[in-house]
Amino acid sequence: MELHRRKRLGIILFITAGLSVAIGLTLYALSQNIDLFFTPTQIAAGEVQAGQRIRVGGMVKEGSFVSAEDSLKVSFAATDYANDVTIYYEGILPDLFREGQGVVVEGAIDAAGLFQASRVLAKHDENYMSVEVKAALDAAGATAENHTSLAEN
Amino acid sequence: MIPELGQFSLILAFCLSVLLGTLPLIGASRNHLLWMNLCRPLTAGVFVFLGISISILAYAFATDDFSVQFVAQHSNTLLPIQYKLTAVWGGHEGSFLLWTFMLGGWMLAVSVFSKSMPIDFVARVLGVLGILCAAYILFMLATSNPFDRIVPLPPADGADLNSALQDFGFIIHPPTLYMGYVGFSVVFAFAIAALLSGRLDAAWARWSRPWANVAWAILTIGIALGSWWAYYELGWGGWWAWDPVENPPLITWLFGTALIHSLAVTEKRGIFKSWTVLLAILAFSGSLLGTFITRSGLLTSVHAFASDPTRGFFILVILGVAVGGSLLLFALRAPMMKSEARFDLVSREVLILGNNVLLVVAAASVFLGTLFPMVYQAITDDLISIGPPYFNAIFVPLMILLVLLLAVGPLCRWKRTSIAYLSRQLGKVVLASLALGVLIPLVVLLEFSLAATVSVALAAWISLSLLGDLANKTANKSSRAKALKALPLSYYGMQIAHLGAAVMLIGIGLTSAFSYEKSVLLSPGQSIDLGNYVFMFNGSTAVTGPNYVGNEADISVSKNDRPIGNLKPQRRLYLASGTPSTEMAIDAGFFRDLFVTLGEEKESGAWSMTIYVKPFIRWIWLGAIFMAFGGVIAAGDKRYRRLRKRELERAATELSGELQTAS
Repeated sequence: MELHRRKRLGIILFITAGLSVAIGLTLYALSQNIDLFFTPTQIAAGEVQAGQRIRVGGMVKEGSFVSAEDSLKVSFAATDYANDVTIYYEGILPDLFREGQGVVVEGAIDAAGLFQASRVLAKHDENYMSVEVKAALDAAGATAENHTSLAEN
Repeated sequence: MIPELGQFSLILAFCLSVLLGTLPLIGASRNHLLWMNLCRPLTAGVFVFLGISISILAYAFATDDFSVQFVAQHSNTLLPIQYKLTAVWGGHEGSFLLWTFMLGGWMLAVSVFSKSMPIDFVARVLGVLGILCAAYILFMLATSNPFDRIVPLPPADGADLNSALQDFGFIIHPPTLYMGYVGFSVVFAFAIAALLSGRLDAAWARWSRPWANVAWAILTIGIALGSWWAYYELGWGGWWAWDPVENPPLITWLFGTALIHSLAVTEKRGIFKSWTVLLAILAFSGSLLGTFITRSGLLTSVHAFASDPTRGFFILVILGVAVGGSLLLFALRAPMMKSEARFDLVSREVLILGNNVLLVVAAASVFLGTLFPMVYQAITDDLISIGPPYFNAIFVPLMILLVLLLAVGPLCRWKRTSIAYLSRQLGKVVLASLALGVLIPLVVLLEFSLAATVSVALAAWISLSLLGDLANKTANKSSRAKALKALPLSYYGMQIAHLGAAVMLIGIGLTSAFSYEKSVLLSPGQSIDLGNYVFMFNGSTAVTGPNYVGNEADISVSKNDRPIGNLKPQRRLYLASGTPSTEMAIDAGFFRDLFVTLGEEKESGAWSMTIYVKPFIRWIWLGAIFMAFGGVIAAGDKRYRRLRKRELERAATELSGELQTAS
């Protein structure tokens, strides 16, 4: 019985130690990999440091899309209808990327103060607005609906 | 009129489910044979009416009945017939009907293949499933009825199925995934039935095992199909993205994997009982959580259906009641579950315990990473996202540890194994695995990479110790072939599934280490070198499909001046919805995939495109096929049937004995 108890204690200690290491590592990894979300207005206000990896959400501003003729470089403005931030990207944009549609961009502001995107996400379902885009527009006190109707008028 | 019949049979299915969820359960607790016997006919009724309901929805799609709102939103007259029929699961309402129908199918299977179980147990299992089924149908009728009409003016044509879904993968991935998901409800119901009856014995574990294995195998295939489909349809070159909707099936799968191992211990040794029940509850919760995340729209993901807070709330209530109720029952009954058997520190029990701890920690960390953004937003009101680096940093080391244990487990004996025996068995395997891990990537791909070495060494570690075990098991027999034949199916099932893990490891390691990917702008006549291959762009032509128009590029591929073939990716514009879509072109092979996705055409006639070279990527899905095959084979072990028969006879004698004492 004594031996049996000691073994059980060993197993429990082993599991506890394993779990604590796992929890510690998990929390560390989590804290290292949080990408904070910013709106164009927050970026315009200078809340973001250069080099910090962030996400930006907004609508692609009508008429802002520029693509180079001889390379894959593109730029466009993401807007929350209060402020714009110009996004620079090199690569192929997703299928559903369009002016006047929501977009979420991952990247960082470089030394020159330009937002260089590492990934551009456009939603799969064109009727669905991403939580992040919606938050950006709500924060700026605008909704997509009244702006779409304004654009149509 | 016909869609109303569909709704009517859905309501009938609901009424029958309510009866199924009450009468047999009451019958089982009062020992009322007639009420218990109702469970099979009621189950058949639920299945039939759910079947009629989903068939009518499919019929509405086939006949372009756009007065049904769900049809109008997800179909179009131009849509090819195979997508019209499968558009049934192209949106929230219909896919939930499919989900419920799958549950009906599993229930029917339980009622048919349970002839050898005592009737009170069957009544409890089907009763618990009946309650679940009733909750799902109520959810549909209350918040998301697929038969809602557009009155008074139905549209002339439908809005079309999402263009990304018009693909073969869409026909097979959702039904398979749902079937696997829902299968864990059956294992859950077995656990709850055992808790209710207070009979958590080896027999319960033995009855559950084939069901758990089959559900797990189907879920494995479902996840692999999803990964394969995302790989070629979304065209981003990856096979796993840690997307918030990809993660819940993985969480369920991890719990399910822990469960099928823990069930083995419970059956063979009569221990880990409460742990096994807990895992059954957790695996089931994972499947409900997946539904909740997909349908509540709380997380940003490629899968998210148009969000509706009432739906999310309703599912949260189902989740809370089901999980809370079963955990409460578990807490009440847990003290009854005593384990008497003992085991040493080096034994198969401890290794499986290690397996379970690692799998559960992995599942918990994926769960944390998936839900953390939601919790963070609720607390701080800031939006964040958790990137793949988090998941990789946690998941990869855990899986490496798991694989290290995986090879040792089958060699170990129950109760105790001597360390000397293990080191004798594994000493050479360690050296050989390390050597192979260093050599194979160098010889085959002429490059060194730590990831490739680690994964090949681990795969060799699994395969070599597996071969060693086979050699041991057949060493003392007169004829090796006869000895191999005498080994039980469940043993082969286990080893095939473990071999699947080795195959998958090679795929993951080599793809991660040696893939090439490049986005370029090519004019007709230009070519580019990538990973020993030359891709030559010959030009593009216009193409027209049944419901889209587009362009097709022609790219010829060669290696060392030897032509390999032509890739023809397309860029399409779907007419009804006006959405663009890229159709990638793949040259698939056992050792490597080559593929190209098209971007857009510049005014000069040049096209932007992304070119990928992916060595060994097929091995990832091949490994999943091995695993699933192993799971099914193990479930087919004749031991289950034989033992069941013996048990039934014993139960019959006991019953007649009781009757005699009573009289």
